[in-house]
Amino acid sequence: MTNGSRERVLARVRAALADVPADEPVERRPSERPYAESHDAGPTLDVLVERLVDYNALVRRVAPDRVADEVAAALERCGARRILVPAGLPEEWLSRTSVERVVDSPEDPRDVAELDSADGVVTACTVAVAETGTIVLDGGPDQGRRALSLVPDHHLCVVRADQVVDSVPQAVRRLDPLRPLTWVSGPSATVDIEMIRVAGVHGPRTLEVVLLDPDA
Amino acid sequence: MSATFLGMPPFPEAAKRAVEDSRTRHNLHKATHTIRAKRTRVVDELGDDWQRLRAEGERIKTHTLRHLDHYLERLEESVQRAGGTVHWASDAAEANAIITRLIRRTGETEVVKVKSMATQEIELNNALEAAGITAYETDLAELIVQLGEDLPSHILVPAIHLGRAQIREIFLQRMGEWGRPAPPDLTDDPHALAEASRVHLRELFLRSKVAVSGANFAVADSGTLLVLESEGNGRMCLTLPETLISVVGIEKIVPTWSDLEVFMQLLPRSSTGERMNPYTSTWTGVTPGDGPQDFHLVLLDNGRTDVLADTVGRQALRCIRCSACLNICPVYERVGGHAYGSVYPGPIGAILTPQLQGMASKVDEALPYASSLCGACYEVCPVAIDIPEVLVHLREKVAESKGHVSEKALMAGAEAVFGSATALDAVQRAAGLARGVVPRHLPGPAGKWTDTRDLPDVPARSFRQWWNEREDGR
Ligand code: SF4
Repeated sequence: MTNGSRERVLARVRAALADVPADEPVERRPSERPYAESHDAGPTLDVLVERLVDYNALVRRVAPDRVADEVAAALERCGARRILVPAGLPEEWLSRTSVERVVDSPEDPRDVAELDSADGVVTACTVAVAETGTIVLDGGPDQGRRALSLVPDHHLCVVRADQVVDSVPQAVRRLDPLRPLTWVSGPSATVDIEMIRVAGVHGPRTLEVVLLDPDA
Repeated sequence: MSATFLGMPPFPEAAKRAVEDSRTRHNLHKATHTIRAKRTRVVDELGDDWQRLRAEGERIKTHTLRHLDHYLERLEESVQRAGGTVHWASDAAEANAIITRLIRRTGETEVVKVKSMATQEIELNNALEAAGITAYETDLAELIVQLGEDLPSHILVPAIHLGRAQIREIFLQRMGEWGRPAPPDLTDDPHALAEASRVHLRELFLRSKVAVSGANFAVADSGTLLVLESEGNGRMCLTLPETLISVVGIEKIVPTWSDLEVFMQLLPRSSTGERMNPYTSTWTGVTPGDGPQDFHLVLLDNGRTDVLADTVGRQALRCIRCSACLNICPVYERVGGHAYGSVYPGPIGAILTPQLQGMASKVDEALPYASSLCGACYEVCPVAIDIPEVLVHLREKVAESKGHVSEKALMAGAEAVFGSATALDAVQRAAGLARGVVPRHLPGPAGKWTDTRDLPDVPARSFRQWWNEREDGR
């Protein structure tokens, strides 16, 4: 049935496009990108912080050598006792905290109940977009499976300055579409009741970002 | 049984009823004005670049549609290469049969759903129910509509016609029938309502083995699908189950990954009026060890090739379902989504539904008249669909067809909306203005419809000026 439908749909598409000249090129010239590279919103890291805060994310901007202290302090503040950790997270980031760690990897995954019983998760990211206040995870070893940053109620994400770009076009160019990507812009929210943004539905209700800034 | 649009009265009648419902009008007014203001702010933030992005969005979509056969085959190849299975459905019945068969194969009798216009269009939930499968809507607004046995009235916010007090009532009365009941002391604070939906759906997400989704975009060269959302219910459905079935209209294709540079700027700003929606998920086939290991893409025609065959109407397939045209439309604001009698309401519905379904029924042939041709929809559309041009084109088709209802009767819908013929005139005068702003309006045969009517002289005020004065005077 499906095979017949495939041919039927394609034939209908071709018939519908009878007006398109046969020699009209399918490939586009790559130079045809007339829009801006970015929108001059200000110093990259300042803009990222401002826009994350705008979404009610918690942000700490610290020197890279402070990362372990900040992660420990953040976990303490939210009272976390058990946290999820992707197998490739730098050991050093957790060197100042004594909370219990549940390590997860695609090869050795925790079940959903275990994910659900954790108080939070600590991950890295792959790219952050200043203009839109967006953090992108691509499932790399320091970010883990998608479920990790989804099921727990608190997501602590460490962002390095060299991962931050100004704009969406710059981010898209850095990303690998073959990896499963999660773009996160603030904590879970809804606008479904009278168009008011309410934080906290099914994803983590708290998003906390530790931004490692060599100039901080 | 879920509600259906079948048997709805045609637009003029439905519009009259809706205008009389003051609570609906109040809810709609509040919601559409809130979102309009948000959209304007984030669009203006991009300055001149917005019009360049818009032109590029239009160009990409037009190009894709003109070579749709090529890109469909490329998408199929990419998805298969990445470990997915591709199915083709020429109509709703075929799509429903494919999905039902795929779910049966898993042995499951319940599925979680991410909001999807395509599955509403094919009335998937009813088909599944008939097959003994329960489909749970997980988007907050869809949940409200499903629990309330109501119908969606907006593309993005299907429960936009309901206020918080009504939503509280629905949750208190109906949640228990579908799963975990709402707490008895539930208030109508939006935070409390969102929390109730979180608790209600949580266990369902954690146990579900099969999910059904749509997609905002399908990237031909990589085989990637995208879902933009706010709540995280999309992520739950796309990540936790073992089997994922995505139903995607054939017009959702973009050729390359880098085309998302444009659409990931256009869509969030146009739809929720945010710089970016809280969550976007992208996936390409199957990723070993992460997410569903069984992925099916169902490519849906269901009338889209008929739209494609109409060289004027084809532009409706560029639509990225942002809903900006609904939020700006003076007719939609007064009558609400239900009056259009279709899953696609508002200006886009008025041009898409009659083309997808044909204009055989009274309901569908009235839709091209569900507008004052003021042109605001075209101005806000992020892919520059000239909705007034297509409306006029479709009116011509109705007028040419034998045995149609008189145009006067159809125009009665617009009169019901604006209270009097005088009010309607005022809006039509603005339509002349919009045409001045956009010179390529109404060329060729479409001009016929307007030629037979006296178009007043174009006043010197700008469209936006007129619009603002109109808003102030309310
Ligand atoms: S027609 Fe344009 S404005 Fe309306 S929903 Fe589609 S893309 Fe958005």
